[in-house]
Amino acid sequence: MTEPFGYLDEHAKKEIRRACLKAVAIPGYQVPYASREMPMGRGFGTGGLQLTLSLIGAGDTLKVIDQGADDSVNAVSLRNFIELTCPGISTTTRTTDADIIQSRHRIPELALREDQYLILQVPYPDPLVIVEPSEEKRRISHGEGDYSRLLVKLYEDIVQFKEITISHRYPTRINNHYVIDPSPIPRWDLPKMHHSKALILLGAGREKKIYAVPPYTSAEPLAFSDVPFRIENFCDALGKRQACENCGSTQSFLDEYFDTHSGRKIYRCSDADWCLEQLQRRDALRHG
Amino acid sequence: MAYVAIKGGAQAIANSEALFDYLRTREGETAQPLQTSSITHQLRLLHSRVLSEGGVYHPEAASLAIKQAQGDTLEAAFILRAYRSTLPRIAQTTAHNTLNMRLTRRISSAFKDIPGGQMLGATSDYQLRLLREQLRDENPENFRAVCRNWFADIAESDVPDCFPKVLAELQAQGLVAEPPQADPSADAFDITREPLSFPTTRSAALATMARAEQGALLALAYSNMRGYGDVHPTVAELRVGFLPVLLPHPITGKAMEVGEIEVTECEVVAMYQSPDQTSSGKPLFTLGYGACFGHNEVKAISMAILDRALQNGFEASPQNPSEDPEFVLLHIDGIDSMGFCTHYKMPHYVTFQSDMDRLRRAQKKIDSSETADNSHD
Repeated sequence: MTEPFGYLDEHAKKEIRRACLKAVAIPGYQVPYASREMPMGRGFGTGGLQLTLSLIGAGDTLKVIDQGADDSVNAVSLRNFIELTCPGISTTTRTTDADIIQSRHRIPELALREDQYLILQVPYPDPLVIVEPSEEKRRISHGEGDYSRLLVKLYEDIVQFKEITISHRYPTRINNHYVIDPSPIPRWDLPKMHHSKALILLGAGREKKIYAVPPYTSAEPLAFSDVPFRIENFCDALGKRQACENCGSTQSFLDEYFDTHSGRKIYRCSDADWCLEQLQRRDALRHG
Repeated sequence: MAYVAIKGGAQAIANSEALFDYLRTREGETAQPLQTSSITHQLRLLHSRVLSEGGVYHPEAASLAIKQAQGDTLEAAFILRAYRSTLPRIAQTTAHNTLNMRLTRRISSAFKDIPGGQMLGATSDYQLRLLREQLRDENPENFRAVCRNWFADIAESDVPDCFPKVLAELQAQGLVAEPPQADPSADAFDITREPLSFPTTRSAALATMARAEQGALLALAYSNMRGYGDVHPTVAELRVGFLPVLLPHPITGKAMEVGEIEVTECEVVAMYQSPDQTSSGKPLFTLGYGACFGHNEVKAISMAILDRALQNGFEASPQNPSEDPEFVLLHIDGIDSMGFCTHYKMPHYVTFQSDMDRLRRAQKKIDSSETADNSHD
C-alpha cells in the first residue's frame, strides 16, 4: 500500500486531534468534524477508526473489540487494516497489555487504567434523536440543557410497560451537563464510565461527531428517584446469578445460547479476554 | 478453543474475499478479463455515475473501482471516496464559468430557438427500449466499423465550439431572479473539510448534492414533482461537455488550465416569486441549479429541482420533505446510507441480549400486575 501512516492525510488527522481536545475540554459535547470516508462501511466503526488512526503512533499497543470478542469478523477486519496502515504498532487481545482499545458494543470487564484510553464506535451520537429528528432543534436543546422530552419518554415507558425500555445506548449525563448516547453498550457497562480512570473517546463517523468522557468525570444514567437505573439481570427464576459456562464467572456480562444437544439455555462471557483470564486463573489454582 | 463466542473471524474473512474474487473470474475457459478502458468507454454512463458519486475526478480509478466492485455502483463510488481520504487538498480553483465548456450535448425545453441551437448529442432519450439482438454477437470488426462510419460522416467544421447560456437571454429580458449571491470572495463550502451542520448554506447544499447518490436525489426530486412540493421546473438548459479546470500558477498566481473534466450542468426555471420577495419589486422566475462530474442527466436535473426546493426551505419553513435541508442533505449520500444499511449484517449479540433483558422484565411486570389485578376480582 502507498497510503500514508494511519491511512488519512495529515490534515485530516490533525483536525481529528483538535476535535478530541475540544471534546475533552467540554465533556459530553458533540464536536462536529469533517469525517472522512474510510475503506470500510459507514456504520462498521469508521468513527472509532478515524480516532484510532489519528491518535496511534509507533510503539502503541492496540486492542480491537467487537461484541466483546477480538476475533469476530469486524474486529479482525479493523485490526488488520490498522496493522496494515500503521507500521510499528503492536496489537494484542489482552485488555491489560493495550494502551489503546477500540471497541464496538462493550467496555472491557477489567477496569481500565489512567495510561489507557478507550475509543468507542458510535452509530447514533445524539440521545435526543429518539424524541427529535431535526439536528438543528436538538442542538438548541443541548445548549439549553433541556432534556425534558427525553425524561418524558422515560416516564411514558414506565406508564406503558411499567419499565424503562431503553436496553442499550442508555442516555447518560456527563459532568452534570450534556446528556450523551454512550454508544450501544449494554447498561451493564455504564457504571464503568462513571469516574473512569481511562479517557473515553466516542466517534461517530457517519454522523460526523466526536465527544468524550474525560477521566474522573461523572457519568450518570438518566433515572427517577423512585425508578432507579438498573443493569441487566442475569439471575434465573430462583434469583440465582447465572455463571459463564466456560470460566464460571458470575461477574461478567453474558451472552445466552441454546445448547442444541441438551436443549438447555447456557451462558457465556461476552468479553472473550476476561473469560480467558478467568479460565487461566481457575486452572492455575487447580494445578498450583 | 471453544470458549470464545465468535471465533475464526480472520479465516472467514480471507475465505470470503477469495470467494468474492472467484465469482468475478468464473466465466469459464474463454473468459477475457474486463479491461478498465472498456469500462470507461463501453459502460460510459455507469462510469459517469460512479465518478460523480465518488466525488473525485479520476476516470481511471473509477473504472478500476467498477471492476473491483463487480459493477456495484455504490461499492465502486465508495472505493473512490476512501481513496480520496488519503489525498491532501493541495490547491483550490476559483469559480469556473461553464460558458467555456466544450459541449457534447445541449438542450433547452424553455425555448425552441436558442442562440447556437439545440444540440442533441448522445442520448438514449428517443431510442426504443427494444433489445438489440445484434449486440449479442458483436465481433471486433463490426464493432470498430460503427466507430469508423461515424467519423467518416462528420466534417471537422461540424465539431462544435462554445455556446452562450440560455439563461443569459432570460436575465437580459428581466424575467429571472438573480441567482442567490454568495460573497464572491468567500470560499465555497468544502464538505470534505468541514462538517455539515444546520442551518447550512446553499453552497454546502450544492456540494452535497453534487456527489449524492443518483437514486436518492431522483426519489426526493420526484416527490416534489408529484405533489409533495411546488417547483414546477422548466429546463432552461441542460448541457454536457468538458469544462477546462484552472488553477493558480504556483509562482505567478495567474490562472492556468491544468486539464478538463466532463460535467453535466442543468439550469431550471421555476415558478415565479412574488414582488415582495425580489429585489426589483417585480415578480420573477426563480432558478434551480445542478452540476456534477460525468454525463449524468437525471442527476443534474434532480439536483436543480431540489436546489430550488431547498431555497424555499432556507427562506421559509419547509412544507415538504424535499424542502427541508436537513432531511434532504442528510439522506442523499450513497456512501453513508449504504454503509449504515449494510452494518445491520454485523453481529448485534450484546445489544440484542440487552433488549431481551428489557422485554422479559416488561413481560414479567405485566404478568405480575395482571395476577395482582385478578386477585382483586
